Amino acid sequence: MSRTIIDKLWDAHAITTREDGMSLLWIDRHLLHEGSFHAFDQLDKRAAAVAHPEATFGVADHYVPTRGRAKGIANSEIARMVDLLKENTQRHHIRLIGLDDSRQGIVHVTIPEQGLTLPGLTIVCGDSHTSTHGAFGAYAFGIGASEVAHVLMTQTLWQKKPKRMRITIEGALGSGITAKDVALTIIARIGADGAQGCAIEYAGSAIRCLSMEGRMTLCNLSIEAGGRLGLVAPDETTFAWLQGRSFAPQAKAFDEAVEAWRALGSDSDAKFDREASFAAREIAPTVTWGVSPEHAAPIDGAIPDPANIRDASRAAAVRDALAYMDLKAGTSLAAIRIDRVFIGSCTNGRIEDLRAAAAVLAGRQAVVPGLVSPGSSRVKRQAEEEGLDRIFRDAGLEWADSGCSMCVGMNGDVVAAGERCASTTNRNFKGRQGPGARTHLMSPAMAAAAAVRGQLTDARELLAGRT
Amino acid sequence: MEPLNIIETPAIPLALANVDTDQLIPARFMKRPRAAGYGPFLLYDLRNIGTGQASDSLLDDPQRAGAAVMIARRNFGCGSSREAAVYALLDYGIRCVIAPSFGDIFASNAIKNGVLPARVSEADAEELLASPSATEGRAIRVDLAAQTIIAGNLVVLFTIDPVWKTQLLNGWDDIDLTMAERPAIDRFRAQDLRARPWAAVPDGENTFNNDPVEN
Repeated sequence: MSRTIIDKLWDAHAITTREDGMSLLWIDRHLLHEGSFHAFDQLDKRAAAVAHPEATFGVADHYVPTRGRAKGIANSEIARMVDLLKENTQRHHIRLIGLDDSRQGIVHVTIPEQGLTLPGLTIVCGDSHTSTHGAFGAYAFGIGASEVAHVLMTQTLWQKKPKRMRITIEGALGSGITAKDVALTIIARIGADGAQGCAIEYAGSAIRCLSMEGRMTLCNLSIEAGGRLGLVAPDETTFAWLQGRSFAPQAKAFDEAVEAWRALGSDSDAKFDREASFAAREIAPTVTWGVSPEHAAPIDGAIPDPANIRDASRAAAVRDALAYMDLKAGTSLAAIRIDRVFIGSCTNGRIEDLRAAAAVLAGRQAVVPGLVSPGSSRVKRQAEEEGLDRIFRDAGLEWADSGCSMCVGMNGDVVAAGERCASTTNRNFKGRQGPGARTHLMSPAMAAAAAVRGQLTDARELLAGRT
Repeated sequence: MEPLNIIETPAIPLALANVDTDQLIPARFMKRPRAAGYGPFLLYDLRNIGTGQASDSLLDDPQRAGAAVMIARRNFGCGSSREAAVYALLDYGIRCVIAPSFGDIFASNAIKNGVLPARVSEADAEELLASPSATEGRAIRVDLAAQTIIAGNLVVLFTIDPVWKTQLLNGWDDIDLTMAERPAIDRFRAQDLRARPWAAVPDGENTFNNDPVEN
């Protein structure tokens, strides 16, 4: 029978399936960050051991400081979170990419860099953006603390098979259009709950043309469309990116793995439960204006008027968003002034993202303050070798260390109350970047353009003649 | 996990869509140990706490003391996978959230902690939000076995995954069920190592590029 990539990955990991439809899945990789302390507490309560420490990796990212790291962590509560991860992983013989490690970075950036993310694997982490790893054709999803404890104890998880959804994007993306614009366009069209209960396969010629970095950005944002996970079938782009990475199979073993990975793609006549498709040429640089990623529109658009929205509850949501964001219906998005920019995060903190932002900023000045936090220490080193750090610094932006930084509002990097931030992150939720902070999501090039103009700007205007 | 069947308490109506887990518990409170209780941080930034003003949130309405039900609009609990969002609800006293849809990870976390995500149509959610029982803080009855919500004269049916329903009614923990599957797990593992040799994590320090590893 024909199968989708989702079926193939599911079948390969189902240990047993109960009559009620729940399957026990084998988990190939389990990633932990500082938030895992609740799960370790549950483990301690049962005096249980970690079943497969060799398949478990700790990464310090959510609470790590991005500035003044050499002096240690001043806030003792934050320091305790980083120390707890070290203690818990040490106690259970789990390898840790800690604060002082040369590979330190955001879990969804550094783990793929190490070749730990491979096609055909199940990967879980107590973090909703675990969907990022789907870019490699892995079945990767975020879980809660109780599930983290369950995986620690058994290396398995009970799951109900999600619906299979295919999102197809055919054609060529316009110049200056990135995976971030693709993702925000999808979310704006299908809604922040549009893929609820679904595993998404991204397909079509526009997806095939995306780099691994672009695919990671796209899969990362699957959760913002409500999806359980999002993935792209592995292809030559995937294999080339993985070859030679530390933890990837080497030499003959790599060739054999590639052979197995080639068979993972959906069969040509496989049926999906849901289908959605978009034309690549219709995707424009996109920004958010509200407090949900579904509140997104092309940069040449305007803020919707709740008076024109028939559904009362949806109109109320827009009114509530505009009140929080201090914006008026009908305002052109390109007229919105900003107070600061942030470039980084597991969504857009990779080398290509920094190159795209630097292409806009080279030889220009930012008129608002901004922070650039590379997604990993490795990305940081590479950016410095390419001279990108100089471009950011010369433009007046701060060049920091790697971590979740200003995306999560828990490590000291926050946007002040009432401030408006052009941000390459994944959530424009109320208070996400700090209490009272106002977030506009966009691509790195768009954030860089906003820094130069001090207002939301079509980055293509600043890229004309440059690319 | 404590079994759940019937709840009859006042409800907290929250006429908002996309109530994300960042709002349910802002990140800055997640450093706290669970033993201290997460209830005071539930929807903290909506409650004027520490601003000097009295909270106008229904969460702090004395008439609704003991409320174990919350009613909200679509996509409740979207966003971050933080189980602390459920801890905040549970520690406050909420055992059931009624909404037209839920974030997948939130719903799963809720079940693990004995909190019922009761799914109703958007029209029914609006009726419940506007019902005198909700607006005046009178008791609402949620019956899990019957899958009904009774608010005064209003009777609404809700849906719940049958597996989750059984789990909530019995207060089962996954881990006990899994331990019984040990032989099946071991068999799968032995076969899988042969079928997918590339999937195992290579061991050995050399694959770590000789970088110092903190373990």
